[in-house]
Formats: sequence, C-alpha cells, structure tokens
Amino acid sequence: MQSCGVAMATSSVKSFYILHFSLVVFYGCVMNKYFPYIALALLALVPLLGLNSYLMHILILVVMWSVIGMAWNLLSGYCGQVSFGHAAFFGVGAYTSGMLYTKFGISGWWGLPASIVVVTLFALVIGYICLRLRGPYFALATLSIGVILKIVAENLVSVTGGDLGIMIRERSWVEKTWYYYIILAIAALSFVLVKKIIGSKLGYYFVAIREDQDAAESLGINTTLYKTIALCLSAVITGFAGAFYTNYMGYIDPKVVFALHDISIIAIMVVMVGGVATFSGPIVGAIIMVVLAEAIRSIPLLGNAHHTFFGILLIVIIIFLPNGIVGDFSKLQKLLGLPKRAS
Amino acid sequence: MSFLEIRKVYRFFGGLAAIKDVSFELRQGEILGLIGPNGAGKTTMFNVVNGFYHPSRGEVLFKGKKISGSKPHQICQQGIARTFQVVKPLQRMSVLDNVVASAFLRAKDKRQAGEMALESLHFTGLYNDRDVISRGLPLGKRKRLEIARALATLPEVLLLDESFAGLNPAELDDSVDIIRRIRDKGITIMIIEHHMRVIMAISDRIVVLNYGEKIAEGTPLDIRGNPLVVEAYLGETPRA
Repeated sequence: MQSCGVAMATSSVKSFYILHFSLVVFYGCVMNKYFPYIALALLALVPLLGLNSYLMHILILVVMWSVIGMAWNLLSGYCGQVSFGHAAFFGVGAYTSGMLYTKFGISGWWGLPASIVVVTLFALVIGYICLRLRGPYFALATLSIGVILKIVAENLVSVTGGDLGIMIRERSWVEKTWYYYIILAIAALSFVLVKKIIGSKLGYYFVAIREDQDAAESLGINTTLYKTIALCLSAVITGFAGAFYTNYMGYIDPKVVFALHDISIIAIMVVMVGGVATFSGPIVGAIIMVVLAEAIRSIPLLGNAHHTFFGILLIVIIIFLPNGIVGDFSKLQKLLGLPKRAS
Repeated sequence: MSFLEIRKVYRFFGGLAAIKDVSFELRQGEILGLIGPNGAGKTTMFNVVNGFYHPSRGEVLFKGKKISGSKPHQICQQGIARTFQVVKPLQRMSVLDNVVASAFLRAKDKRQAGEMALESLHFTGLYNDRDVISRGLPLGKRKRLEIARALATLPEVLLLDESFAGLNPAELDDSVDIIRRIRDKGITIMIIEHHMRVIMAISDRIVVLNYGEKIAEGTPLDIRGNPLVVEAYLGETPRA
C-alpha cells in the first residue's frame, strides 16, 4: 500500500518535472530568435504526416486565422485603431477573387495579386472617412462598414450574384496539401512583414499614435498619414486571406465573408485571446479559437451556442489575462499553479 | 524679419475670447517667459503657436513664413517643438523608445535615431532611466522626458508648458540648469511658468497675459514693478 503511494508520488513528481522542463524548453525556444524558422520548417513537414482531410482543413483554418489576426493586430494592437469591421476587407478580398472568376473567366488565384490593388483602394476610401474619428467612434464606424458591405453584396445581384453567392466550379486541387502550403507561405510572409514593420520607424510611429495621438502629432508624426498606412497594410493582409478563402472553399456568399460574428469579431477574439501587440499572439489565438470553435460545435444541443461560449471566454480573458495568453504568460503560469520559469 | 512673430491673434471658443488681440515676438536665442493668472490664455497661446488650434483671427509667422493654419506635425517639422503641461508620455513604451519615436523625425535610420535619443537622454539626465516603462516614472522625470522628447526633434524653438510645476526644490534646480543648457545650445525658448522666482531668474523678457489680453511686456525688472501685473496677480489695489 505504502510503496504504491510512494511510487505514485514519485511518478507524479517525475511528470511534474518533465512538464516543468518542457515548459522551460518551450519558453527558451520562444525567446530564441530562430524559433520562428524552426516552427516554419516543422509546419512545412506536417503534410508528410498524412493527416486526414478534416485535420488538414482545421490546420488550414488555423493558419488563415493567424494571418487575419496578424493583420488586425497591426492596425488595432500596435496602432491602437480598434476595428470591428475586418470582415469588410476579408470580404472585398474574397469577392475580388470570386468576381475575377465569374466576370472575367480567369482563375480565382489571380485574386491574390488583384486583391492588393482593390483592397488598398477600398481601404484608402474607408480610411479617409473613418480615420478622422478616434477611439470607440472609429470602432463603431468600421463596424457599420462591415454591415453595409454585406447588405450591398446581398443586393447588388448583377455584380456579386447576391445571396446565391459565387461558386468556383474548377477546383485547383482535391488534396488540401497545396492549399496548406499557399496559406502557410502567406502566413510566413505576413509574420516577417509585421515583424519588420514593428521594428522600424513605422512601428515606433504606430505605437506612439496608439499611446497618445496628440503627443505623437506634436512630435512631428503625421498621424493621419501613418494611421492610413496601418489601415492599408492591415486591410491588404486581411484581403489576401479573403482571396485565399474563395479559392480554398470554392464558394462564398455575403453572409459568410462579410459576417460580423464569424469574421470581424473572431478576428478580435483571436488577438485578444492570444495577446494584443505581440508577434506570436495571433498564432496562439488562432489555434485556440479554431480548435475551440470545432470542439464546441461538436457538442450536441449546445453546439449552436458557440458564440455564447466565445463571449464568456472573452470576459474571462479580459478579467484574468487582459494582455492575452502570450502577453500575460507569466500570469497564466501563476494562475494555473505552475512553477515560474527558472531564471 | 522677426524670428517668431505672433501678430494680432484672436482665439474664440464659442462666445468666449480666450485670446484677444495679442501680438509679441520671440527673438532668436532668448528665453521668453509667458506668465499670467490661471485662465489667462497661456496654454491656448501655445496651442495656437504649435498648431493644435488655428487662430480665429491674426497669424503666427516663423522666420517670415506663416505657420498658423498648418498642422502640429508640420510645425514640428519646421522646428518648433513643445512640451505639455499635463504630461503625455507614451505610457507603455520605455523612456528610450519614447525619445526614439520622436528622434525619427530627423534621423535617417533606426541606428541614428537611437544615438540621437541617447544623447537627448544624457542631456536631460534620464539616461539611467532609459529602460523604465514611462508609465512608472515619477512626475519630475516625466516632465524631463517631455523635454528630452521635444529636444530629440532638433528644434529651433522650444515651447515649455509648466515644466516646473509640482517639482521639489532639488528637481527645480536640475530643470533650471537643463533649460539654461538648452539655451546655450542655441535653441530659443518660450516658457510658461507659475514659479515667479524661477521665471524672474531665467527669462530675458516676459510677456504677461490676463483674461486673454497682453497687459505687459518687458524685462523681469520692468514686470516686477508694473502695477497692472501686480493687480492681475494680487487683485485690485484699493484706491485712496
């Protein structure tokens, strides 16, 4: 009896140390500047595992959402202009791709380069209208723009196809492997882009604008210009993800790509959960949100209420981890009763 | 041609005239004190010069060129920097990053911006606090951070809005020393201050505002003896 107890105790101590050790190693890697490259290499090898197509689908969604999260983080996390309407940019990107196919009969993949031009022009117009507003007023304006675009897309039947949506009949691949590599490449590019920007003059200016717009203006920062740049960059990356989505799913309609609750709000949640104004936050957030959404949807009866769970999750995050999982990593360790990182 | 000229400036807020027909000039290389009781329009004057407000009437000229009507960042680019009475540090950035952000205005690249920022921090005695997140700085140092940040934009004119308010005597002496050294670098200073001892000691000339109007202008000695100024500060003298 007693020896059994001791054995159990030692094994739990052992597993505890292993857990601790792996956490330390994990943390050491996160701090390591080569970690992103190692992670990218590992992610590139994932299709070789021969995962089934459902798991590949989840993986693709995770990567796509981390792209959208990175985009939202650039505008709202670093530059402080909180957007509730990223579905607008996602949808414009998606429809650029879809309409190139339906109207011009060329491959939807041309939508990727084309969306850069279209979304930039669109973001300039939106920026001109909305960026004169500050704080919550900007958030409300972007919220309405997402909703307006959805209604427009539903009713401009001759242009968008209305509620019937757009169906891409010739799918490029049946297998998901290439879709995965494409979105992984987009994610890697976005990650490098965001990292380069934040380390540069632009990044300093974005954060200065977030912290105090009047102070930034009086330090010689053209706040209107730099806010517009942040908006355009964020919009283009989001639109890129949208154009990918069209080609990947093969079907879009206004209710899906301009959705407030499924796109705009999830973009915010991904970053809030992962960590606002952190590099890896959107990635961590995307993993959690996509997996959680799938897990909750599979619960019978309660599955339809997954937005309720997201709401509760957001409240919990704001109370206990206001800087997200990455931003408040040490706090999370304490909350879970894990030992602090050996220093 | 005067260096910085405020010419017949009015600024209304609704029906209230915060500044009424104020004209004066700032001469290159001097320290000009701007004083007056609470609500006299001193900070409004700064906001007009700095571009946050546009004058309702009149104009501001810098080296013969009209600057009123431009935006604050354009005016800063032309060489007029300011500090704020209610300090506005970029809270969640380190002290160094605060100054780097402003140094980018003139710097070619990040390395140069970093060097300029460190120089500015050395100058204001904040070098040892460079890694502190600026939210955690005590008020005295935050006021100096405002100055460091303004200096990093390499201004020709520096507008200091109550950089001494709320400081203890030791910090006060430090700040007076910093301001003298800024002037020695060839930067022209216009300063708002309530500390009479300080303003009388460092100003070359003083302009007095009361209820939005200029009531006096002259050397500290003139101002000290001016009955209008005494009246504005101490109330009407009983007339016999």
